[in-house]
Parts: sequence; structure tokens; C-alpha cells
Amino acid sequence: MYKIVKEEINLNEIVKYVGDPEAGAITTFLGVTREKSDNRKVLYLDYDAYPEMAVKKMEEIGNEIKEKWNALKIAIVHRVGRLKVGEVSVGIAISTPHRKEGFEACKYAIDRIKEIAPIWKKEVWEGGEEWKDGKQQ
Amino acid sequence: MRVKIKFFAALREGTEKSEIEIDIPSGSRLNDLIERLKKEYKAIAEFKTSIAYSINMEYAKGDEVLKEGDEIALIPPVSGGEEV
Repeated sequence: MYKIVKEEINLNEIVKYVGDPEAGAITTFLGVTREKSDNRKVLYLDYDAYPEMAVKKMEEIGNEIKEKWNALKIAIVHRVGRLKVGEVSVGIAISTPHRKEGFEACKYAIDRIKEIAPIWKKEVWEGGEEWKDGKQQ
Repeated sequence: MRVKIKFFAALREGTEKSEIEIDIPSGSRLNDLIERLKKEYKAIAEFKTSIAYSINMEYAKGDEVLKEGDEIALIPPVSGGEEV
């Protein structure tokens, strides 16, 4: 399952999706918006995406993971639009026969998304706003 | 030939456009298009970090030749979040 959504991400939905009788582990990751960034208090974040290409890249990442770690099923869902502090921007769930591959695959998935998926976030704080890029803290 | 260009994030704000269609000479390369966009949009010429480009949703290099109907996107640095 690879999708860009506008509404709240449902962890239960993606966990259920990756269920598989051969899975000994389902590993999940949730990216959540933080309040503090560079000592500024974030009011909210605006996420933007090139949705068709982002989904394409998520699928490619899913295929990379299946090749490297024998993953059974993969779900990656990224939310766009305005998010308040504490809301989930990205959800990943991966089922694998054993847990070692699950943890590794999950880390790889989020690292890769941040490398190649055309998704951007703008931080808005009191008195300013800024599109974040990967090289900044 | 006609191509479509999409802008996102900071570039969408800077150019005040999300999508345009323009006519370019047959045989143009991506670099030719970029030069033209820099002349037409100050926001692109003055963008302070590097911009990546895609053609039909694949990352592309400047020397690639464009075709009729291609969809090009200007991709500002993607959000890496904090360092790992």
C-alpha cells in the first residue's frame, strides 16, 4: 500500500494491511511533528507533495526492501496539508518472517523516503516560516 | 512542442504558479528549459539552494532531450528532517 492522504493516518489500517500468515513480525514507524525546531516553537507544519511521483518513489522503495530483506508486505502512507504539533505525517508498516529484518527494513524505508520522495514541509512559527531542506537541522 | 512544468513548495510560492504549459523548440534539452525559466521567473534564478528536476516523474539530468507532452517538475531539496 503506497499512498498520499489528506486525512489522519490510521496505524491500525496499515498494520492490518501488512498482516501475513508467514509474518513473525510487523514493524512500524510513525513520523510525528515536533514542537521545537532550532529553538523556535512550531505552530504548525504545511506538507506539500508531487503525489504521483511520491507514490512511484514509495513503490520503488518497497521493491528495494522486498529484494534486500525478504519482506512480505509493505505499507507507506504520507499525509499532506496542514499538520499540528503531535500529528502523524508518515506511517510505515512492514511484515517480515523475523524481527531483525523488520527493524532494518523500517529504518531503511524512512531514510529512503527522506532521500528521494518529492515531499516537502514548511515550518511555521511565531514571526516566521521556512521550507525545511534535508541539510538543515 | 508543448511541455508541462510543475512547481512545488518554496518554488510554487516564489513563482506563484503550480503548473504551466509552454512551447519550446523541438530537440530542446532540460538545460535549455531551465535557462528559459530562470529568465522568466526571478524566484528560480535566485533560489538559494540547488533544484532537482524530473521528467515524467523520473529524476533527470540537464542534458536530457525533451519530447512533446513531457511533464517536468522543479524539485526543491526534499525534507530530510533532522539528521539520523
